[in-house]
Amino acid sequence: MKNTLRQLRLVLALLCTLGLLPLQSVSAASWQLPDLMKLLAETPAGRATFVEQKFIGMLDKPVVSSGELSFTAPDQLEKRTLKPRPEALILKGDELTLERGKRSMKMSLQEHPEVSAFVESIRATLAGDQRALERVWKVALDGAPNRWALVLTPLSPGFVAQIRIDGVRGEVRQIDIEQSDGDRSIMTISKVLTP
Amino acid sequence: MSAVRRTLAGKLPLLIWLVALVLCVGVILRTHFVADMSAFLPSNPDAQQRVLVEQLRDGTIARLMIVGIEGGDAASRHRASRELAAKLRQSPRFIGVQNGESATLARDRSFYFNNRYLLSPAVTTEHFTADGLREAIGNSLDSLSGSAGMMLKSLLAKDPTGETLELIDNLQQGGGPRVADDVWVSRDDSRALLLLQTSAAGSDTDAQAATIAEVRSSFEAVRGQSGDQANAMRVVLTGAGVFSVHSRDAIKFDARLLAGLSTVFVVILLLAVYRSTRLLILGLMPVLSGALAGIAAVSLGFGQVHGLTLGFGATLIGEAVDYSIYLFVQSGQNSQGAAPRSWEGKFWRTVLIGVATSVCGFGAMLVSGFPGLAQLGLYSMSGLLAAVLVTRYVLPSLMPKSVNMRDIEPIGARLTSAAHWLARGRVIALGLIAAATVFLCVQHAHIWNHDISALNPVPRADQELDAQLRGELGAPDSRYLLAFNAADEQAALRAAEKLDAPLRKLVDDGVLAGFNSPARMLPSLATQQARQSAMPDAATLRSNLQTALVDMPLRADKLEGFVDDVQAARTRKPLTRADLDGTASALGLDAMLARKSEGYTLLIPLNAPASNEKGLDLQQLRTALASSQLEGGNENLHVIDLRDQAESLYAGYLDEAIRLSAWGLAAVIGVIALALRDARRIVRVLLPLAGSVALVMAGLVLSGTMLSILHLIGLLLTVAVGSNYALFFDQGDEDTTPAQQHRTIVSLVLANLATVVGFGLLATSSVSVLSALGATVGPGALLSLLLAAVLVPAKRTSA
Repeated sequence: MKNTLRQLRLVLALLCTLGLLPLQSVSAASWQLPDLMKLLAETPAGRATFVEQKFIGMLDKPVVSSGELSFTAPDQLEKRTLKPRPEALILKGDELTLERGKRSMKMSLQEHPEVSAFVESIRATLAGDQRALERVWKVALDGAPNRWALVLTPLSPGFVAQIRIDGVRGEVRQIDIEQSDGDRSIMTISKVLTP
Repeated sequence: MSAVRRTLAGKLPLLIWLVALVLCVGVILRTHFVADMSAFLPSNPDAQQRVLVEQLRDGTIARLMIVGIEGGDAASRHRASRELAAKLRQSPRFIGVQNGESATLARDRSFYFNNRYLLSPAVTTEHFTADGLREAIGNSLDSLSGSAGMMLKSLLAKDPTGETLELIDNLQQGGGPRVADDVWVSRDDSRALLLLQTSAAGSDTDAQAATIAEVRSSFEAVRGQSGDQANAMRVVLTGAGVFSVHSRDAIKFDARLLAGLSTVFVVILLLAVYRSTRLLILGLMPVLSGALAGIAAVSLGFGQVHGLTLGFGATLIGEAVDYSIYLFVQSGQNSQGAAPRSWEGKFWRTVLIGVATSVCGFGAMLVSGFPGLAQLGLYSMSGLLAAVLVTRYVLPSLMPKSVNMRDIEPIGARLTSAAHWLARGRVIALGLIAAATVFLCVQHAHIWNHDISALNPVPRADQELDAQLRGELGAPDSRYLLAFNAADEQAALRAAEKLDAPLRKLVDDGVLAGFNSPARMLPSLATQQARQSAMPDAATLRSNLQTALVDMPLRADKLEGFVDDVQAARTRKPLTRADLDGTASALGLDAMLARKSEGYTLLIPLNAPASNEKGLDLQQLRTALASSQLEGGNENLHVIDLRDQAESLYAGYLDEAIRLSAWGLAAVIGVIALALRDARRIVRVLLPLAGSVALVMAGLVLSGTMLSILHLIGLLLTVAVGSNYALFFDQGDEDTTPAQQHRTIVSLVLANLATVVGFGLLATSSVSVLSALGATVGPGALLSLLLAAVLVPAKRTSA
């Protein structure tokens, strides 16, 4: 139970850590997936604030939380939720840590093949690794460099039905995760603190 | 008529001997042999020691066996883990088999979910009022905002007050083992791991051996089912029972091999001198009789015989064979004709004094509070007595009237002059002894090793493997325990509940890193019933929910599942231990709730914070827990550091042995004084004994060895063997013929060679307890003979 809980917590947390990419300009001439990947791969580090809304069928109103995100190349991601309840989720290499109050839980990504495939795909996005990404996801790119959308559909069905990442040039603006049960979460990355 | 009677009288000792041998064999055949730590545990333990003893003997910790599957490729190992676990689960030899498979975890998960309202300490009357519900549901909604929110939502409909999460959060502290492919693996995934709980007690070595054999054969069967990669796999095992079996096997193997080798040597040596197989066989009779009598005596006295006592028996050859050597060689029953009758009386007197000193040395151990030491004492005493009785009363009547023994006269003459030459080194010898004595006095604080590991017969490699596997499994080292003796299971559970709050406070204060307790797995009947009566009926709960959820994004009609579950929990039968069957928690619970002959013992393992290098402050814990009013009184509650207990136990054991040896030595001095009644002779006889003890001890300390209890026993044996040498040299000093002197010195050298070779071989053993004994007695016996030659003879006026 604990492991399953952790694994899901971490998956979700990782899904929420994508919007950390600084501004870069790209020519709009031939806007293809490799171009976006190249742009994302060139990202060294970034910090941002986020607001996340979870739309849950049972509830009349979305659950809202907010906090800070940071990314340090090549593999360190942090999501610090500040409101309504402080919590930190840290991914460093293969290790995921969830800290809440005095409690701290660690897990290895390799422990769970299902989670691992999922998480590695997200990391592949950040690393601009198209081949790794396409091993697990059907990837579709929409829009133009100054307003693009990456749509990820899992090759084998799981609890995530679809992930949609919206961005402007090298900057991720919003991550929209739709679950198989119809619930969804939308994370808006509202402000880049440092490039 | 009188001739017949005389013949009968002559045969009587023989008859008694044969009957005694048959009786001994009869006793031995019914003897129970053990090879666990029990011989090293006190026979009258205090309450804290009893916990340690019980844990080591048949506690759950002693029943745990960790299995590692190595080699081959990862996929084969993972598959082998699943198949091995499935096979072992079918076997009655295992109470529990865990390998991390999610099927087991799922059972635990549903146990906690299904029984959440009986298990959760949050369940009180207030919890289900409108205010209580508002707070609990508000918390659950808040936790949805975290990174795990989208997962937790599935619990909301039936468990809006968040009991399941709270229970599971409480359950597992620290990270468990890594999981790959649905099985536990080491951090680098080079090993698949399984945790077994055996039906056999850790101290039941035979049953543990059978259990180990079953794990191995099951593994072979699993491995045999597939290809090359699978064939490269092997299995490693660790655990208290595995240690018992391995050390028994190692001691058995070494003792057999080395005793075999030294027997071959002694046989060759004696054959070369006696040139008679009949004498040879007769010469081994006292050894055989002594060993049988020793085992039988221990079996009768203690009800069981420890393997180490048995291994020690092999070393008895060293001394017991001496008696017949002295008899055969000194009686001079060779072509030169028999020795005069006057010799006989003196000879037996000397042997008798020698035996008396040995019996005194070992006899002191009889009163030891530790069965192992007392067994050794009884074994040695009865063995030596039997050996000397057989030599005295049985051998003479069986000896051939005349044998063609090798002419030892020339060797004897040469040895005698060598002894005379050695005797010139008297000053050097005394100087060395003085130096050794001074050295030991200076070093007195660093002579004895009070560390219990000195006694551990488990090879270092096995200990390292154990530590490694334990670490990989995330199994706590179980160093600190809270033990409480309760009248019954329910009383033990109620005590666990009372201790829960103060222990949680200690965790919050950072004094403890965590603890395990039955309180959250199986609450007492009283607590479960109190929780049931705290739950409201459906109508009340619905109306309270309506009030609680005003202004919340959740509507009461979505929580009908919650209302139904609470109603079911209100009226159901309370949980018992049987309800946990099949869950991983059951193993943990059984470990913490040990059934005793009288009542139950509650055992709560405490984990020290990693940052706390000094270990826990037990006094602080006792104070913190003193306020919990336990049934039957708080004096039944013990805070125990098992490592400290084991160490102080061994230290006490060693100190007692040293004290008893001192008494034994005093007795030895007394016997010699009584027998010789001449101050100068007494000193002459005692000096080589004291000297060889001092030199051996100094030598061992100089070579960097801290002395353990086995060294001490070796020193006692050195004194036992060495006293014979000194006494014979002393006797030879009286008006004896040169031929008699020559025979005596040959017999001493022969006996010494047998001893030195036997113990020298033992010193090469990989088992630390055996090598300690060998490294002490081998050099000790040699030094005793040399020093006896140098120091005993009075200054000769004519030479």
